[in-house]
Amino acid sequence: MKKSILLSVATTSLIAASTTAIAESTVSVKSMADALHLVMDSDRAIYTKKIVNRLVKKEKVIKASEHFDDDKALALPAQMFRFGSELVAERAKALPDVNFSYSLQSIWPINKQNAPKTKAEKEGLKFIADNPGKNYYTEEKLGGQNYFTAIYADVAVAPVCASCHNKHPDTPKDDFKIGDVMGGVIIRIPVDG
Amino acid sequence: MTVITKNKNFWILWLLLMIAVITYFSGNLLDGKDKTIFMPGPLTSGHYQIDIKCKACHGESFSSREDMQKKCISCHGEQRKKPFDSHPEAKFTDPRNADRLENINALKCVSCHVEHQPGMTINNGLTQAVDFCIHCHGDIEKERPSHKGMEFDSCASSGCHNYHNNRALYTDFLIKHIDEVPTFEKRSLPEKEFAGVLDEVATYPHRKYPVKSLQLVQKDAPADLLYDTQIDNDWLTTAHANAGVNCSACHIKRSDSKQAIWNSKPDHTYCTSCHNQEVAHFLKGKHGMRLAQDLDPMTPGFARLEMKSDSFEKELNCNTCHQPHKYKLDTAAVDICLQCHNDKHSLAYKKSAHYTLWLEEQSGKAKPDTGVSCASCHMPRINYDVSDWLRRVTVQHNQNANLKPNEKMIRTVCANCHGLEFTLDALADKNLILNNFNGQPGIHVETMDLARKELQRRKKSGN
Repeated sequence: MKKSILLSVATTSLIAASTTAIAESTVSVKSMADALHLVMDSDRAIYTKKIVNRLVKKEKVIKASEHFDDDKALALPAQMFRFGSELVAERAKALPDVNFSYSLQSIWPINKQNAPKTKAEKEGLKFIADNPGKNYYTEEKLGGQNYFTAIYADVAVAPVCASCHNKHPDTPKDDFKIGDVMGGVIIRIPVDG
Repeated sequence: MTVITKNKNFWILWLLLMIAVITYFSGNLLDGKDKTIFMPGPLTSGHYQIDIKCKACHGESFSSREDMQKKCISCHGEQRKKPFDSHPEAKFTDPRNADRLENINALKCVSCHVEHQPGMTINNGLTQAVDFCIHCHGDIEKERPSHKGMEFDSCASSGCHNYHNNRALYTDFLIKHIDEVPTFEKRSLPEKEFAGVLDEVATYPHRKYPVKSLQLVQKDAPADLLYDTQIDNDWLTTAHANAGVNCSACHIKRSDSKQAIWNSKPDHTYCTSCHNQEVAHFLKGKHGMRLAQDLDPMTPGFARLEMKSDSFEKELNCNTCHQPHKYKLDTAAVDICLQCHNDKHSLAYKKSAHYTLWLEEQSGKAKPDTGVSCASCHMPRINYDVSDWLRRVTVQHNQNANLKPNEKMIRTVCANCHGLEFTLDALADKNLILNNFNGQPGIHVETMDLARKELQRRKKSGN
């Protein structure tokens, strides 16, 4: 009986120790950025394919619109992405150990506020457009804080991505094709300088 | 010797005076209710009502900017976010915009709305330079060639842009409403729908007060209660009796229901059981904001707007406008307002076309919801997200929610009956507002002209 209690205590302690070790083990900021991007890119691809494209193009039961509230329509995939980013920013305020931000930018932005602004954005967005399949990683200092900045190509996954951008009244480029790089996802993680 | 005595007396007097002054001020600082003596300057028309309660804005610590920001958000946060925020916080917490925060820290309300500074406060409590948009939109000419040559101090002109809520002014919205006539042939305000959505209102006390018409024999007031029986007759004619709202629903607070403490004069905290949205908005407006801070109710005598002198002592609570046991919405929508309000706009209402429509509706000549009362514009029925999951028509009881800038009124009020171009012109015409829209706009804002040019540009470019 005593033996089994001892064994049980020892096992529990071992599990607790290994759990603590796992929780405290570190991942590189690059791996973290890559993992975050994989999740956000996959979620948006699923929203684009299984919600927007299916209901708008295949079933033809609803429209997707930039003014989705007024038009009683689906939010565009880029908006769904931005709303997620805004919610992350709000929720992360309560989590001191969680600190990152992300946004969608382009050298052909519909909203000009999404044009590259920092040196890293300008160089990175050009790099991913010129080098399909490659990501861009760098460090930059903004507002006195150092950041690890990762930029990933944002590709037109469905024909509707290209066609909507091409015909938008404010687009500076109207010849996107499926598979083209249309912009980039920028993830910033604060790092010690 | 005499000189020394005289000096001594002077110093004793001085010391006593100092002790008295210090005692007075420190006593006031520590436990005095009214601390307005310490105010560095008068408050704006949006905050003076709660001036004796410094902590309402400054928080417990008084010095923490974070606490102050939380206080701003606790009252104004929902109004800023709903239904839409053109400059959400996340736009500025993004590190890429860190340089912009150096010009104006858009994360803090006080960056643009400083209190106690009447000398530098302009419209809508703004204390920034009126051309502040230049900091982020300095190259607007490239993005919008139509804006070439426009001065940055004109961005927020009536009918142009609203920093917090551009929902009635964005380009696609303007284009969508480009050819509207001044006044629609078919027009009406949103219908009431509270009774119809009660099943979906999770907080409604369905079990205790099932939605079923009540008769006099079913009233649950204490048997030994002495009261004017006219109250019974009044109650029977109300939507309350018709929807199963018995006496105890209003006279016993839900949180006190186990002890069943009867209150003959229930206040707004009793109404929240069923009307939590309405009360929450009332407490955010000028009528209820003192109650929200646990101060005595607001009275017309304390208002900065002109009020009728015989109303000065009236204390504003739910029952001030919604007469107890009668709850006549038409009375609350016009007559009660005009018992207090005495400014030019209010006094001109009964000469307006809006009032004529109101009389026609009240007399049954016109269809329901086609009349325009004071409340139609200042406490409108709006399709509101009462939670993340439910949107319903509710009466906005914060009379200030759609008032400044007045473009906030376009979608919730004016657009029910009027075309957008007419509306923009009317809302920009201060004289027309003063005489309560009795006439045609004497001003034309060029917003819709720009929208027409943009539409032409799009047609030419094929987009």
